[in-house]
Parts: sequence; structure tokens; C-alpha cells
Amino acid sequence: MKYPFPVGRSDFIQGDEAIARAAILAGCRFYAGYPITPASEIFEAMALYMPLVDGVSIQMEDEIGSIATIIGASWAGAKAMTATSGPGFSLMQENLGYAVMTETPIVVVDVQRGGPSTGQPTLGAQGDVMQSIWGTHGDHSLIVLTPATVQEAFDMTIKAFNLAEKYRTPVVLLTDAEIAHMRERVYTPNPEDIEIIYRKLPANKEEARYPFGDIHGDMIPPMPVFGKGYRTYVTGLTHDEKGRPKTVDAEVHERLIRRIIDKLEKNKEDIVTYETFDLEDAEIAIISYGIVARSAIRAVRLLRREGIKAGLLKLNTIWPFDFDMIGNIAEQVRKIYVPEMNLGQLYHLVREGADGKAEVELIPKIGGEIHTPMDIIERIKRGV
Amino acid sequence: MYLKSAYEIRNKYLRKDMLPTIFCPGCGIGSALQYTLRAIDDLKLNPDEIVWVSGIGCSSRVPGFVNFDGLHTTHGRALAFATGIKLANPDLKIIAFMGDGDAAAIGGNHFIHAIRRNLDVTVILINNFTYGMTGGQVAPTALKGLKGTTAPYGQFENPFDIAQLAVAAGANYVARWSVFNYLQGINSIKKALQKEGFSLVEFLSPCPVSFGRRNRMKTAPELLRWYQKITVPLAKAKKMPPEELEGKIVIGEFADRDRPGLAREYEEYKKRAKKMMGWEG
Amino acid sequence: MRREMLFSGFGGQGVILASVIVGRAAAVYEGLYAVQTQAYGPESRGGASKAEVVISDEPIDYPKALSPDCAVFFSQEAYDKYLGLVKEGGIAIVEKDLVPHRRPELEEKLRVYALPLTEIAEETTGLSLTMNILTVGLLTKLSEILTEESIEKAVLDAVPRGTEQLNLKALRKGFELGEKARKGEL
Repeated sequence: MKYPFPVGRSDFIQGDEAIARAAILAGCRFYAGYPITPASEIFEAMALYMPLVDGVSIQMEDEIGSIATIIGASWAGAKAMTATSGPGFSLMQENLGYAVMTETPIVVVDVQRGGPSTGQPTLGAQGDVMQSIWGTHGDHSLIVLTPATVQEAFDMTIKAFNLAEKYRTPVVLLTDAEIAHMRERVYTPNPEDIEIIYRKLPANKEEARYPFGDIHGDMIPPMPVFGKGYRTYVTGLTHDEKGRPKTVDAEVHERLIRRIIDKLEKNKEDIVTYETFDLEDAEIAIISYGIVARSAIRAVRLLRREGIKAGLLKLNTIWPFDFDMIGNIAEQVRKIYVPEMNLGQLYHLVREGADGKAEVELIPKIGGEIHTPMDIIERIKRGV
Repeated sequence: MYLKSAYEIRNKYLRKDMLPTIFCPGCGIGSALQYTLRAIDDLKLNPDEIVWVSGIGCSSRVPGFVNFDGLHTTHGRALAFATGIKLANPDLKIIAFMGDGDAAAIGGNHFIHAIRRNLDVTVILINNFTYGMTGGQVAPTALKGLKGTTAPYGQFENPFDIAQLAVAAGANYVARWSVFNYLQGINSIKKALQKEGFSLVEFLSPCPVSFGRRNRMKTAPELLRWYQKITVPLAKAKKMPPEELEGKIVIGEFADRDRPGLAREYEEYKKRAKKMMGWEG
Repeated sequence: MRREMLFSGFGGQGVILASVIVGRAAAVYEGLYAVQTQAYGPESRGGASKAEVVISDEPIDYPKALSPDCAVFFSQEAYDKYLGLVKEGGIAIVEKDLVPHRRPELEEKLRVYALPLTEIAEETTGLSLTMNILTVGLLTKLSEILTEESIEKAVLDAVPRGTEQLNLKALRKGFELGEKARKGEL
């Protein structure tokens, strides 16, 4: 297989470009989108590459249509992706819920910018944390990944596809305008060295009769994609194992929704990833994600030089959320700081995890600039 | 035309475990569904190569009743989902069952853009002037003066002519009938299913329970008689002055052309891209 | 080793491209870590333009320049706004003709190279547009982080087809000026 970009070597590219290349290497062959800053470069790269690798790239009439189209493509057997920013992501929320309910593997990239509304289209922000987790209606779960570098944007795009396919779920790649437009060194492995997961398909017609049944005991039903003679019926209504609507049966509803949530919650160990820096003996913990985590690493280094025992937990997955891990950190440290480019979103999850065992303080910043290391350091020193 | 018994069609194409349907007595959706299945049967199409797509509403429940691959999606979005299915697997034929509110109100933008792209899909559109499932609110097709729960004193807005909208947006095949015109209906669906690109067959379809009751037509026969009164065949309409056509609905075939469909256009686009980039193999 | 560079001027001068070339040379051809960022406004053309490059031999945490080791100023506005940020003892390259009002009290703490860069580029290649590439050459020699070979490769990657020789000519003129400047012969 030939690729329309260099593989097996390093390149110097923007975050948006890295996401497009990684998606293609992960096997994505369907992209539908609508122009929006700062996500358009993902679309433009897909538009350039997709026809060359026999994939589809199509510009839809809006973001509602974009996500609907990739869900349709996924049921026709394709790995599919769309990308947008806050306002477009809001338009996608209804069908994101449809993807959850119908257990459709898709990847949705939200390149965050300052909001609400049109806000600051060209500037980074982390204001969509809650939207990415709770934006759609009803009880649900999905996976949200948060890259901090262009290399991570690349790696996590591949991971997003693998998780979507493995767990038959929508995955949100939550990035931001800073990473989108920043150029960094990205190593693109040789395609044969990349681990690629493809959705579980039914082994036979009997298995295909249960597109929503836990027939393997792993909570993940095989996906009988269209056009194989399975006669699969997919609906957003509450449905039984065979996919038949059962809209007033409380037991069917609870069984379905709990399985959809549990298939992620009970596989947290596989899904949730994080990194720590100097956390082992830390008395002060910073918990951070995305671009701000980079300022936090520098802050930890500088604080350590001054003899302040700071450490960092950098979250790569913000949903499912490992509340227990936060609880353990809260038992160890005196205080937890949460720097975010918003007025407090992940902070609330951290507080819930800390459960009063350590004080949790938000270091908010809005307006479009990322926290400087000094923003974080000064705030922490004030508390020492 | 030889017509098989309706039971034969039912046994061959419906999912027995999904019956009975949710449709009320006198509802026209079952008729339009029967015409569609008869057309498929007549053309000897392979059910394994057909996907039924729908949005939300009474007519959108159809994909659940037929034994084919089916995607019952969100309100108004069926054609966007269909775009993904068709382009990801161009070998599949797509039938979309839609209501007038689904297609022309909440889904209006997807509808006109799917037509503009000439998406390869056959839309069977149930036009009953109302939102039947949610209890009789006015639809964007409701003629002036017709009553609904959200216009209890009679509709004060202008209606959409969906078929004309589809013609103007570029559909390859457009026809409109009432469900009373069963032979024309079946023949139109057969034509539509053999078309590349976008095809639409619109049916005026009785909804006595949510619509008729509020408009002094409590039964299906009353609604069908009303259709007889307000519909004008295209040939006749062409000779009528516009004032006389006021409040009437023209029925017939409005478009029959052969522009290339989206799936074929995209295949050509891929070839062009590879050629421009000197990219082969 | 962490080195920060700032490129500033106005739209159309190739400020962003210059920063991309430097970052690319470091990341792709020197095996170093590099981050290039740029300030975006809503305008597609014109307006102020600023880009930054951070280069390091280890992974780069904070991606922006805190106090640049080297800075390039192609406009008065940029000079006024950013000169004060440059690290003490750092390098400042100033397009002399475009920055008529200078601030000696700030400049005396820096190594300042003020040259009529546009004019030199025009004389060298016949195209004033190549001023940004010429400056990259000058900066390469003065900052001593990247080799001439890496920068040349990165320039060839970045410039439009058919303009390679022209741009290499500008780049080499920059190298030459940088060499002279280092020897104090400028």
C-alpha cells in the first residue's frame, strides 16, 4: 500500500495534519465534514489524501449531516471520522447519542476554540470538556482522549480508532486550536509496525441475529454490517438484543444502557492512560490534560528546583474517568491544583475523585493564551 | 399487470416478529409500503443488496417491519446517513422512507443537498400534511386553512410543494400520486428503483386519526375522496390557468432524466485525483 | 539545551515560512525536537504576523517562547512590541529600513544586527520577496544551532517548485553575511 505522505520517518507538521495522516494509517477510509476553524486543516488533508487511498472525503451541508454520514458509513463497514470545533460539535450532539445507542464505532475530533458561540475562533481553549463527556442527552458513556503534543495527536488518533472499533463506541479526540496549528516533529511509523484493531464481525448468521446482545460475555456484540445478508435492523429506540424496539420495557432499557456504560467502565484499565512526572514523593499534585499539561511539566521542574515537592498527573483519557486514582493521589498529597483553559470543568471531576481527602484548587485561564509555567508556579507558591 | 396476493408479499418481505405494525386503521403508509415491496418483487431485486433508511415519524418505522438491512435514525437526518452508506458501499441500493415533516421541515437541508448531489437513493415520501406520531401538529406541506394542534385556527403559512422542490434541486426522477393511484404508484416506484441518482415518489397518504379528525374527515375514504377533489393530473393542470390551480395538488411524473449519480461521480473524482497526482497503483 | 526564536513582521513578508523552515531543519534534518507556533488573526492577508520556534535536544514541554534567544524584526510595530522580550545577550536581527525608530537603551543589552535586508535580497536575487530566506541564512550563522546543510534541505522542502535556485542564492547570501557579522566585519 502506497501512502500520500512520508511514512517510516519524521516530519514537521501541524496537529491537524497529523490527525489526518494517523486516521488514514489507522484504516480510516471515510471522512465527512463541514468547514470550521480551527479544524478545517484536518478536512483539507483528508480531501487531498482520501481519493488517493480509495477512501471517501465529502463536504456535507452541516455538522449534523457530517456525523450522520460517518455513522452510515460505519454501518456499511468503513472506519469513519469527522472533525469540528465547539459550535459544530454542539450540532453533532444528537447523533453522537445515536452512535452511543446504536454502538457505532466512529471518531469525532473536537478542536476546541474559545466559546461559547463563535467566541474566539482562532484561539485555543478547553471549554468543551463537559460537552465532550456530557453533551449528548440521556444516560451514556463514551471515550474522550486529550493529546498534548502533535505526536500525541497522531498517536491518539490511531488509538481512538482502535478503541472505537474494539468497544463499538464513538470516541472523541479532544484537542484544541494550539495543537491544531502548532508544528512539531512527528514520527510516522511504518504501517506494518502500527497495531490496528478492526471491529468484531459476526462469525455466522446465528451470531448476526444479535447485533446488540452480549453473546460473547464481553459486553461487546459483534457488528453485523450492512450488505452481508444479515438483515440487520438498527434503531435509536431502546431495543433488545436482536435490535427490536422495546420502548416501554424498563428492564430492556436498563439492561441495554447499563451494558453500554459498563463495557467502558469495566474496561477502564485498558482504556484510561496517563503519565506521571515526579509524582512518587510529591506533596503537591498538579492534574492536567491537553496542551496545558506541557506548561504544568515545566512548572513541576521549576518548582522542584526551588525545593517544592510538586508532581504532575497528565491525563491522556478524561473519560471514562478514574476517580479511584485521583482518590489515591489525594491521600498522598496536601493539595491538588487543576490548571485548565476554562473556568473549571475537569476540576469538578477531580474534586469528586479527591472526595475531601485533599484540597483541590482550580487554576483557570480564559482568553486564548495557554497558561505559562509562571501562571501555575505563582499560584502554587501562594499556597505554600 | 399481474398482482400477487398481499399475503404473499407480506410473507416474503416482512419480519413476522415485528408485526403488527404501529399504523392506525385507515393509515396510508401500509399501502405505500406494499407498493414498494411489489416494485422490488416485480424487479426481482436482491433484498441482501438493499438498505432501508429512515428518520423519525410513523413512516420511519417502516425499516423495522421489512426484512432487509435497515437504519432507523434521527429526525430528518435519514438522507445524510444514507450518503454514508452509499458512498462507503456503492453496491448497495438505498430506499429511504420519509414523512413530510421529516423530509421537508427538520430534514429540509439534508433533503435539498442530497438531491443537489444526486445521491443514489429512492425516497418514498409519505405526505399526510401532519405530524401523525406526535399527535397532529401542522406539517410544512399543510395547505392554508388546514387545522392541526399547533394551528388550531387553520394553517396561516404557505405550504411546500415537495415534488417541485425536488425537481428544482435536480432530482433524476420525481412523481407524486395519492395512495389511491396504486398502479401509477407501483410503476413509479419501479422506475425510481431503476434510476441512478436521486428519485422521489411522493404519496398523498391518509392519516384519519391525527389529521382527518381535525379537518372533518374522520375516515380514510373521506380523505381519499378529498384527494380526488384536490388533485389534478399533470396533463390537465398544464392547460389550467394558475388561479384555478390555487389550493390544488398536481399529480403525475414531474421529472425523468439521467444525470450521473453521486456514487459514479465520486468514482470519477477518485480517478481524476489519481491522475492529477500522477498516482497509480 | 532549549533555544527560543521569534520571527515578527507583517503579513506577506514570509515570517511564518521562515519559522517553519527553521523548525523543519531542526526536527527533520538535525534530529532535534522543535515546536513552531504562530499567532493567528481572522485576516487572510496583511496585518501583524508573529511566529515562534523552540528547539531542544529533549522533548519540549512549554511550547512557546518565554524569552527568545534570537529574534527577527521586519516591522516597526513588531520591534516596538517584542524587542523587550529578547533575552539579555540575545540576538536581534532588524530590517533597518522598516524599523526607523530604534531603542538604544534596550539594544545595548543585545547583539543587534540591523541591515537593509530587503535591499540586499533584491540586489542578490532580483526579488525582494526572498528577504525572509536571506534572513534565515543570517540567523543560522549567528545562532549556531543548525547546520547549513539542514537549512538548505528545509528550504528546498518549503519553497515553491521552480524557485529553488533563487531561494538558495538568497540563503547563501545570508550565510555569507552571518559569517562576516560573526567576524565583526559587517
